[in-house]
Amino acid sequence: MSFGQLPEKNIHEIHENALNLLESTGVLFNDPEAVEILTSHGASADGSIIRFPRNMVEEAAKKVPSEFDLYGADGNALRIGGNETHFAAGSCGIRIRGKEGAIKQSVGVDLRDIVRLTDGLDNIALASSSVVPHEIPEAIGDSYRVAQLLQNTRKPFVTGAFSAQGLFDIYELLEAACGGKDALARKPRAVLDVCSLSPLKWTDVSCRNLIDGARLNLPLELISAPLIGATAPMTLYGCVLMHTVEILSGIVLIQCVNPGNRVVYGGAPMYFDMRRSTTSLNSVETSLVGAAYAQMGRFYGLPTHIYACLSDAKSNDAQAGLESGISALMAAQSGFNIISGAGMLEFCNTFSLEKLVIDNEIIGMVKRLAKGVSCGEEEMAAGLIGEMGPGSDYLSTGHTFKWFRKEPYLPSDVIDRKNLELWQSEGCRTAEQKASDIVSKKLAQVNGKPQEIKDAAEAVWEKIRMREGS
Amino acid sequence: MLDKITDSVYKYEMAEIEGLVKTALDSGITAKDILIDGLMKGMEAVGESFKEGDYFVPEVLMSAKTMAAGLEIIKPMLLDTSGAGFSRGKAVIGTVQGDLHDIGKKLVGMFMEGAGYEVIDIGIDVPADKFIEEAKTRDADFLCMSAMLTTTMKQMKVVIDKMKEAGIYGRCKPVVGGAPLTHKFAEEIGAHYSFDAASAVDLLNGLLAN
Repeated sequence: MSFGQLPEKNIHEIHENALNLLESTGVLFNDPEAVEILTSHGASADGSIIRFPRNMVEEAAKKVPSEFDLYGADGNALRIGGNETHFAAGSCGIRIRGKEGAIKQSVGVDLRDIVRLTDGLDNIALASSSVVPHEIPEAIGDSYRVAQLLQNTRKPFVTGAFSAQGLFDIYELLEAACGGKDALARKPRAVLDVCSLSPLKWTDVSCRNLIDGARLNLPLELISAPLIGATAPMTLYGCVLMHTVEILSGIVLIQCVNPGNRVVYGGAPMYFDMRRSTTSLNSVETSLVGAAYAQMGRFYGLPTHIYACLSDAKSNDAQAGLESGISALMAAQSGFNIISGAGMLEFCNTFSLEKLVIDNEIIGMVKRLAKGVSCGEEEMAAGLIGEMGPGSDYLSTGHTFKWFRKEPYLPSDVIDRKNLELWQSEGCRTAEQKASDIVSKKLAQVNGKPQEIKDAAEAVWEKIRMREGS
Repeated sequence: MLDKITDSVYKYEMAEIEGLVKTALDSGITAKDILIDGLMKGMEAVGESFKEGDYFVPEVLMSAKTMAAGLEIIKPMLLDTSGAGFSRGKAVIGTVQGDLHDIGKKLVGMFMEGAGYEVIDIGIDVPADKFIEEAKTRDADFLCMSAMLTTTMKQMKVVIDKMKEAGIYGRCKPVVGGAPLTHKFAEEIGAHYSFDAASAVDLLNGLLAN
């Protein structure tokens, strides 16, 4: 059985209601050019509120490619769409939890270490501009984060701009790193997040990012973050509806600007904790909202994304493990193509390197679960069982030798399977302590040999810094 | 040449080992040197990698098999005047009476063999008297017992008491292992304890050195 999957009938119901709301209530676009573009393509405007004819929405959704590839610096393609599930490091935090447990404002070095560590963790396919570097002037913050990514990982990544200018700077960096406009269009290195503001709004910066991103032909990941009970209905069905309306409205604007632009149907469903007045990204309800909108995304034929494998906990404790594990498994089971959040604590504010290492294990297990039982003749091993008979030992068989590394997921030392005595003799170490060892080891390996950022990209970065005088 | 043999055992190159050992013999290296500085050295490296978590049980077993294949060739040359082959020490091993668990004990036996011990596996559900008899007739250095159940581990004390009665306790050292066991339990019954197969070899080596 599969948790949270809606019957076809309800998918259609959400679709119908979304179209009705887009037509009758509309969505606010806080940017004059967005209003102009949308009205010139058939929408009606009441100030900044745009109302969409049904067929305009349906036609726009049809123009989005159902899948596309992102490319690492080594040219390896990562398919976004279909049955592929990839995990990305979380973004975008504002704090870092240190080895000793102190939580501080994040700085540039933290981002560098996170990206380097992400690069060295096999189960995490995408890096991310995971934290805000506080010492860096805001005007170059967006491009600083992308420069760090280009310098410190070969993996494709998830990023985004907090300003209109930031997106152009990011584009220039990506263009230089990929070797020109055409190369970047053909083999994009990154997908850029653009967030709506529930309920039913796109801010000025988000509008600019949608328009400019589409003009520059950048893959865009739309993030709707309805807050259950606060900026969206308390009921999950209603929350999914709001999510659908927001994402569809963003798709329309992008497709008006650049028909066929790559778009990911994404989100960060949140739950407003009525006792603590906080925004949880890990209540199980957010997983259910996700499961439903993943179906909506597939209904429209788009690649999908969600925030999961993160935790509201403040330390790498039992809560962190259980929330990350449950939400990662739910998200994978819901069929999401990109799952962002590994490494993230405290809603989505504090990043932990140790947690990233632990989450790498969670993801390894989730991926193994997703692979299921392989049912070939050799896997059945009927002949072997017959040959061996009762009371024999399978450890020394060639069959075991052939399969013992292939069949199971082999966890790192973070997952403790030592016997009691050995565990005690080594000081009763916790998962976080062992993860911390791995962090030190991995960072020591990469230190001194950062990825080569292309000279062209380095020059662009230099130019951006000079412009802002920093 | 010996390094090649060591490497071949480490990399469990079953197809290579026979030729390597024969070439070594032809070039005048003694069987004893081949064993100690070639084959056993390879198994020591395997033991290290296993402890590091780089080697897994099936790989250790493959290396042990490779070593055994090499040993087979030099065995006749290792026989001394009394007709006994070279071994670091002799261990009788079995699962105690009432207990049918096999795999843990087998695994320990294979690790010991890999480290150059002569292992006499007397099976499962072994009565106390049988342990004593085998240890006596084989003149064993170690009497190794396995138990997987809290109910059957008590049988270990029965065997040790009988070792004392028979006057072999001390000369022959009792070694115990199994999931329900602890250091404390082993101490109480007067046995030596190792919590896994790899450290059983260290334990035996340590006991011999003293």
